[in-house]
Amino acid sequence: MPLPEITDSFTGSVNRITLGATKENGGTRTNTVTIGGARNVVYGGSFEDASEKPVIAMDVLDTRPRDWPDALVQAYDDVMDSPGDWAKKCVEEFGAELICIKFDGIHPDKDDKDADHAVKVTEEVLKSVGVPLILWGSRNDEKDNQVMPKVSGAAKGEKCLIGTISEINYKSLTAIAMADGHYLISEAPIDINIAKQVNILASDMGFPLERIVTFQATGALGYGIEYAYSIQERQRLAALTGDKMMAMPAICDVGYESWRAKEAKLEDAPGWGSIADRGPMWEATTAVCLLQAGVDIIRMRHPRSVAVVKNFINKVWS
Amino acid sequence: MALTGLEIFKLLPKTNCKKCGKPTCLAFAMALAQKRAKLEECPDVSDEAKEKLSAASAPPMRKVIFGTGDHQVQVGQETVCFRHEEKFHNPAVLGVTVSDKLDAEAMKKRIESINSLQFERIGIKIGVRTITIVNDSGSPELFAKAAEAVKEGSDLAIILVTDLPDAMAAAVTKVKDRIPLIGCATPKNAEAMAKIAAENKCPLIAKAESIEALSELTEKISGSGVEDIVLTIDGESVKDKLYNYSRIRVLSLKKGFRPLGYPTISFVTGSDDDQVALGVSCICKYSGIVIVDTIEPYALLPMLTAVMNIFTDPQKPVQVEPKIYSIGEPDENSPVMFTTNFSLTYYTVESDVEASRIPSYILVVDTEGTSVLTAYSGDKLNEKTVADAMKKYGIESMVKHRKLIIPGYVAVMSGKLEEATNWEIMVGPRECSMLPKYLKEVWN
Ligand code: SF4
Repeated sequence: MPLPEITDSFTGSVNRITLGATKENGGTRTNTVTIGGARNVVYGGSFEDASEKPVIAMDVLDTRPRDWPDALVQAYDDVMDSPGDWAKKCVEEFGAELICIKFDGIHPDKDDKDADHAVKVTEEVLKSVGVPLILWGSRNDEKDNQVMPKVSGAAKGEKCLIGTISEINYKSLTAIAMADGHYLISEAPIDINIAKQVNILASDMGFPLERIVTFQATGALGYGIEYAYSIQERQRLAALTGDKMMAMPAICDVGYESWRAKEAKLEDAPGWGSIADRGPMWEATTAVCLLQAGVDIIRMRHPRSVAVVKNFINKVWS
Repeated sequence: MALTGLEIFKLLPKTNCKKCGKPTCLAFAMALAQKRAKLEECPDVSDEAKEKLSAASAPPMRKVIFGTGDHQVQVGQETVCFRHEEKFHNPAVLGVTVSDKLDAEAMKKRIESINSLQFERIGIKIGVRTITIVNDSGSPELFAKAAEAVKEGSDLAIILVTDLPDAMAAAVTKVKDRIPLIGCATPKNAEAMAKIAAENKCPLIAKAESIEALSELTEKISGSGVEDIVLTIDGESVKDKLYNYSRIRVLSLKKGFRPLGYPTISFVTGSDDDQVALGVSCICKYSGIVIVDTIEPYALLPMLTAVMNIFTDPQKPVQVEPKIYSIGEPDENSPVMFTTNFSLTYYTVESDVEASRIPSYILVVDTEGTSVLTAYSGDKLNEKTVADAMKKYGIESMVKHRKLIIPGYVAVMSGKLEEATNWEIMVGPRECSMLPKYLKEVWN
């Protein structure tokens, strides 16, 4: 019996975007990173229909985190007080393709640092590494609105990815990202309609849809990953059927979420294997699982999980 | 592939005798196509029509069963490519290899380690469900001996893997009462392997290097009377294999292509860490059975959890048991808060309460697995359900104070809840992530 032809021809595709600006483009990055562009679901169709290689953004925090588990502290202890060195270590030793500066330290409940601090951190990291940056606020709307515009300005023209904007807080960051030539992250709580709505709000302000990356609250393996998984699959399918409001590449926050899991943190768990192995593997599994649904940028933390996931990506997106 | 009403009509007697209760054969055909009628309701339908109709209504992917008793496993019968479309039916089966080259001692140890790869998550048992004996030695005697040792040492469902029909014949006789899955039949040895499978009534793995070769192979195998087939691709790269499994899924489900309408099995190799990554990819993208070499619990636990998550029914939210959960070691002065039994909601609250390092009680109210806002608007979370749960699980005797922290999203129910319980109601934050700060501020 001859094989039937697969006629699943999709009309749409995921937007392809290039982050980072090199000297020729008015920035100081030594390389750019292109993501997106999928014309089919993951492993669907032919190799040519696949997205650009998904990339890993490693987290660098603006102040020393106080609640990180030992496995992570061990990996970064010597650089945790210096975001510049921290970023350098991620890029040079662990192969980070992007650095995500997570401004936890500006949160009023954490270190309540001011805009000067955040600007200094941004400048430091820009100087110490050549990869494109992601600039991620503290999720305190008021404080983010004070600080993130300054951060944006400090990286003006570098074509960073900056976020996040949400349904209730999007105006100031959208305006400043537009002015400074950055890309935006739009956030939704595992909800396609809200994600669309946020994209529409930004677009109504004149922000180009082609410069948005979507972020759906990530669930870790064992803690709701199936919801994130299905949302990402549905988003990919929407993009492929031509929905322009859903044609953005996707970013997920695997590092933060998976290191909250009991399996990654619980020291004494007979029969589960050593804690030193469990944490990194929980993070790696969460990342690989979401890659199957269709994500383009993964935020990660542990060097060993990064190595496993990069190795996987290199095999399948070569 | 399902037939249309007109296609079915052509197969009916066309006498309009009304014995089926429908006015005409055409009306009956339409009802059949929409599954509103059963073929048996027409007494005059021919045997030929029966056969054609039942073939057309057979599931697009066959169900394959192996193993016996409590350890029987079932794979296949999937109906969709994306879990949100309906659900994935049979959770991927995870298995671990045993080489027949191991000496008796090492083999015994390995079998024991594999048996112990069982875990419990949120009250559900998950674990390795099959043990795969590999004929690395090429010797029929050693393969048979290994089969005996596994049969002796483990109740798990057995898979026998060799390309040599001689070796297969020797081993399968030792374990055929356990109904092993056997393989692999290749274009070269298909006849001999199919014969062994038929004689011993075992399902058979078909292995080929391309989808084209594989579909020819399954036609050959089913032609010789073996219907229970599991597919595997012997491609060069992992990438090829993953794309091919996706094509098989689409061809069988969307195109109704029978020669590929079977479940699949993947054999994953590499370092322990790499096996986890590849294993998870195979679990998500369409391998009904995934066989690994690693016996590290840290590697198996995340893979098994991935199976559990990806194969849950998206229509039925995962729930936690409604009761009072102690976080840390709370005492009679510890805070009490409630949330719903939607697992995602509960685990988010739990992890943020843990992060606060303030020992607490979380009262989980049965809201049929819905989140706080959904439960509230569906009237599953109201002053009565909360008060009932407080009583039922005896929170009054666990704390001295009478203060209840409620989710910020349902601040509106404070008044009624206070009346219903006589407890002081404290409105917590809307976002769980603010719980640590909230608890530190209000509970000192
Ligand atoms: S019983 Fe059969 S033959 Fe008679 S009307 Fe119904 S379908 Fe037609």
